[in-house]
Amino acid sequence: MSDRRDFLKTSAKTGAVVAGVSLAPGVLFYGIAQGRAPEEAASDKRRYGMLIDTTKCGDGCRECVSACNTENGLSGKTGPQDSQWIRKVEIENLQTGAQHELPVMCQHCENPPCVDVCPTGASMRRADGIVLVDRHICIGCRYCMMACPYKARSFVHEPLHDQNPEVPRGKGCVEACTFCVQRVDRDESPACVDACQKSGHQAMVFGDLNDPASAVSQAMKAHASTEIRADLGLHTAVRYQGI
Amino acid sequence: MTARMFAKLWMLLATLVVAGAATPLAMAHEYDVHAKPKGERCVEPTDFMRRNHMELLKHHRNEALRQGVRTTKHSLKGCVECHASAKTGSVAASKEDFCVSCHAYTAVHLDCWDCHATKPGKKALKEGVAP
Repeated sequence: MSDRRDFLKTSAKTGAVVAGVSLAPGVLFYGIAQGRAPEEAASDKRRYGMLIDTTKCGDGCRECVSACNTENGLSGKTGPQDSQWIRKVEIENLQTGAQHELPVMCQHCENPPCVDVCPTGASMRRADGIVLVDRHICIGCRYCMMACPYKARSFVHEPLHDQNPEVPRGKGCVEACTFCVQRVDRDESPACVDACQKSGHQAMVFGDLNDPASAVSQAMKAHASTEIRADLGLHTAVRYQGI
Repeated sequence: MTARMFAKLWMLLATLVVAGAATPLAMAHEYDVHAKPKGERCVEPTDFMRRNHMELLKHHRNEALRQGVRTTKHSLKGCVECHASAKTGSVAASKEDFCVSCHAYTAVHLDCWDCHATKPGKKALKEGVAP
């Protein structure tokens, strides 16, 4: 006859199996409640993405840009040799006269051209879709800057000092928007999205595209949106509504 | 041929003698570390860290950047938060600071600080070092 005690004894012998079964719901629950644990690697179960509603984006508003500069320690200068991870772009339809402003940053493509051309493997796409530069092996050749159709990447020309401890940056490397990966790994939104929410425009929504219940998935389901240069078939993680 | 073999043996012997003589010297050298760490003890034994800190940091940097593993035990940020000197608030601002004092002695150039902050962040300074 098998009782609770015997069951536990057998369980102890086949610990791995039982642990796997009993852990699974716990892990899943943790995943929903608090995001990823620090020791857990990013996986393709998630794909981070963003929807930007250009009709809500404020005229002349630069909150997202300044939030990005503060978070990542950028100078905020806009010269040809200055780093810009996010830019406000003004567009006008010459036929209809319709005008829009929209923020453009690294679009975190599913098939990133920057990763294709990188000769060292420094340009990389993390399992959860965030495209990053591994500065430890970046040689500063700038192929990726030429390959990017969105002009998203910048090269650091001068030595830098007093960087944000969470955002290491330095001379001789290419860099771009990281979706504020340091914040995303803490289960927070990128700085630009937070700033946009605070400014009251609420034009940017960020979240997990693989989770049908996330705000960004819901918004993308409800509204027609498009990629910039959708013809390139890069399947960007950043999509725009209203252009 | 024998002459060459003798030469090789002689070289080997000389190397051994030199290494044998140099080891106690190197071990007896007190690194000129003025910056006392803030924490009670390091994340690994000191002897291990002296020889292997670069391996730990390299391993951690690859995991953190490429896989998004954000454990704090072997992170460079953790080193800086604990080892920043009271005088300069940095690990690499002056010759007496933690990293520079050893690396100047061993003549190993550091690239870390071209990109990484040598001072703890404001948040870390406010909260102090975790035990």
